[in-house]
Amino acid sequence: MANVSIMTFNILSILPILTLAGFGMIVLLVDILSSRKLGEKNLLAYLSLMGIIVAAILARNSTGTTLFSFNESFAIDNYSLFFNFIFLLSTGLVILISHSYIKREEINHGEYYALILFSTIGMMLMASGADLLNIYIGLEVMSISIYILTGFKRSKLISNEASLKYFLLGAFATGFLLYGISLVYGSTGAINLKQIAGFIADKGSISNPLLLMGMALIIIGLGFKVASVPFHAWVPDVYEGAPTTITAFMSVGPKAAAFAAFLRILMTAFGATHYEWQKIIYILALLTMTVGNVVAIAQTNVKRMLAYSSIAHAGYLLIALVAANDMGMSSVLFYILAYTFMNIGALAIVIIVSQKGDEFIQIHDFAGLGFKHPGLAVAMSLFMLSMAGIPPTAGFVGKFYIFSAAIKSGYIGLAVIGVINSVISVFYYLRIMVIMYMKEPTRDFNPLTLSPLIVVAIVLSVIGTLHLGIFPSKIMEIAQQSILILK
Amino acid sequence: MEAYIFYIMAAVSVTAAVYLIFEKNPVYSALYLILTLVSIAALYILLEAQFIAAVQIIVYAGAIMVLFLFVIMLLSLNIKEELKDAIPFQKIPALFMGILLFSVLCIILKSKFVQGKQGEYTSAYVASVGNTKLIGNLLFTDYLLPFEITSILLFVAAIGAIMLAKRKL
Repeated sequence: MANVSIMTFNILSILPILTLAGFGMIVLLVDILSSRKLGEKNLLAYLSLMGIIVAAILARNSTGTTLFSFNESFAIDNYSLFFNFIFLLSTGLVILISHSYIKREEINHGEYYALILFSTIGMMLMASGADLLNIYIGLEVMSISIYILTGFKRSKLISNEASLKYFLLGAFATGFLLYGISLVYGSTGAINLKQIAGFIADKGSISNPLLLMGMALIIIGLGFKVASVPFHAWVPDVYEGAPTTITAFMSVGPKAAAFAAFLRILMTAFGATHYEWQKIIYILALLTMTVGNVVAIAQTNVKRMLAYSSIAHAGYLLIALVAANDMGMSSVLFYILAYTFMNIGALAIVIIVSQKGDEFIQIHDFAGLGFKHPGLAVAMSLFMLSMAGIPPTAGFVGKFYIFSAAIKSGYIGLAVIGVINSVISVFYYLRIMVIMYMKEPTRDFNPLTLSPLIVVAIVLSVIGTLHLGIFPSKIMEIAQQSILILK
Repeated sequence: MEAYIFYIMAAVSVTAAVYLIFEKNPVYSALYLILTLVSIAALYILLEAQFIAAVQIIVYAGAIMVLFLFVIMLLSLNIKEELKDAIPFQKIPALFMGILLFSVLCIILKSKFVQGKQGEYTSAYVASVGNTKLIGNLLFTDYLLPFEITSILLFVAAIGAIMLAKRKL
């Protein structure tokens, strides 16, 4: 007879996750119970936002404490809290910009909000997971929700194609991740990150090629999720085919979640073998930045351009991973937060300017926006400047921190290439500004897809981009405290 | 004796997997997949993982394969239709990388350094408690959280099936 011992178990630690799950189900129930004639479904967006806010308040209650629960497989520490706030913020912003868009595209189903909330659960689990199993389950919950959301425009062929492509390639990449996890488990006998680190500290890693192989395969699996080159082939098609709101969602949340898992796995479990993985990530960073930026120049579709730009930004973040010092790790957190604001903001403008059926999302469709709707053009310019990394915006500060972290660790070559890439990127970001302000309008912009909620989202993004750019020290301080746990 | 069974079953599973890929008729492919899954189940039994073997046969060879065959037959694919290779130039690099990965794995497995860590569940202990019971214990104690989150995963998958496949919402 086996002894059944109930582990230490703290329900408070998963309260934000439970809240989101509960609100997701409430959204589904309200959707079914509300009459079809109501049609507007305004309530669902507000309900989801309420869920996000409640979850954020509950998460906030545990700041400052480090708490392991579920047999040390689930960690609530400053690190996971920082990421949880990024996830909740990005999900909140995406719900704000979704409200008018999904009505315009006639995909206003309650499942939309529920799936976004469930996906956020997966991300939170990935950031908090202290063992490989939790990270894997979180990744699956997040990814499967997003596969479905990508295909949400059911009548559009391009959306179906994107969904299928993302699903097939994503499943394939998950196979690599699982193979890696099983090799690591086979050679260390542990899936808990701390126990893996303990095994490596005892036995050394060079003598264990299986372990290194497992690590490499885990890097491939997560490299797919952060859209690093050469695992990026899915990005442009999927970003273009998905509903624009979901493009915004998946260019921020899942990327942040994958980086959260990446940092925690590499630093906590494989910290002792950093000479090995730094080489891999170095090459990934180099390729990701360069391919992303160079190919983005050739794009004429704004969504595709932002897809390649998101690949390039993943490259900058990988530089910080290569640096693997305090500054590098905290700059990852800072940069992801900055990227959340600027990318969701930019895609919100794309949503407002485009028309039903995602028409008018070519770059030249922005011609004359500066004269017709100066407010939108100013906001768009701000986001573009921030992505290009021009002061006084969040993007500049983020890049500054990342490149200085690389230099601090002695990767001067990589930092130089990063700066060169940053210069290349200025070309295609500024091209949008040039077209907005220096070309005559070729079309009527009305009707704009406006609603109070999307305006709130853009205002928040503008404030966030500027605030992080002008007063970065406070957030950077929090980020620095958050990464202490990884060492 | 065990080694013989292992080599026979391993050979069967690999051969069936190769046939599965090269067979033109999708129904035959599906049947070869069943053969692969069953022979892998035999390997699990050799590893004293009877529960996994049973799950492998019931869930994969049973439930999922029936679904596969249903889909194939409902779609009534035209068997004679030749599959066109959309990206012909990928063949040679793919072959090269495959051989590379295979040889790296072989080198690693041949090197004497590889040794896993002895786990806390020895075969004697597993035999005394019972395979299924042990897994159940672990699922409801140590791995309760991933186990419960799996329910959200299944829920999401169900929503997705309805969302993407239902004719009219």
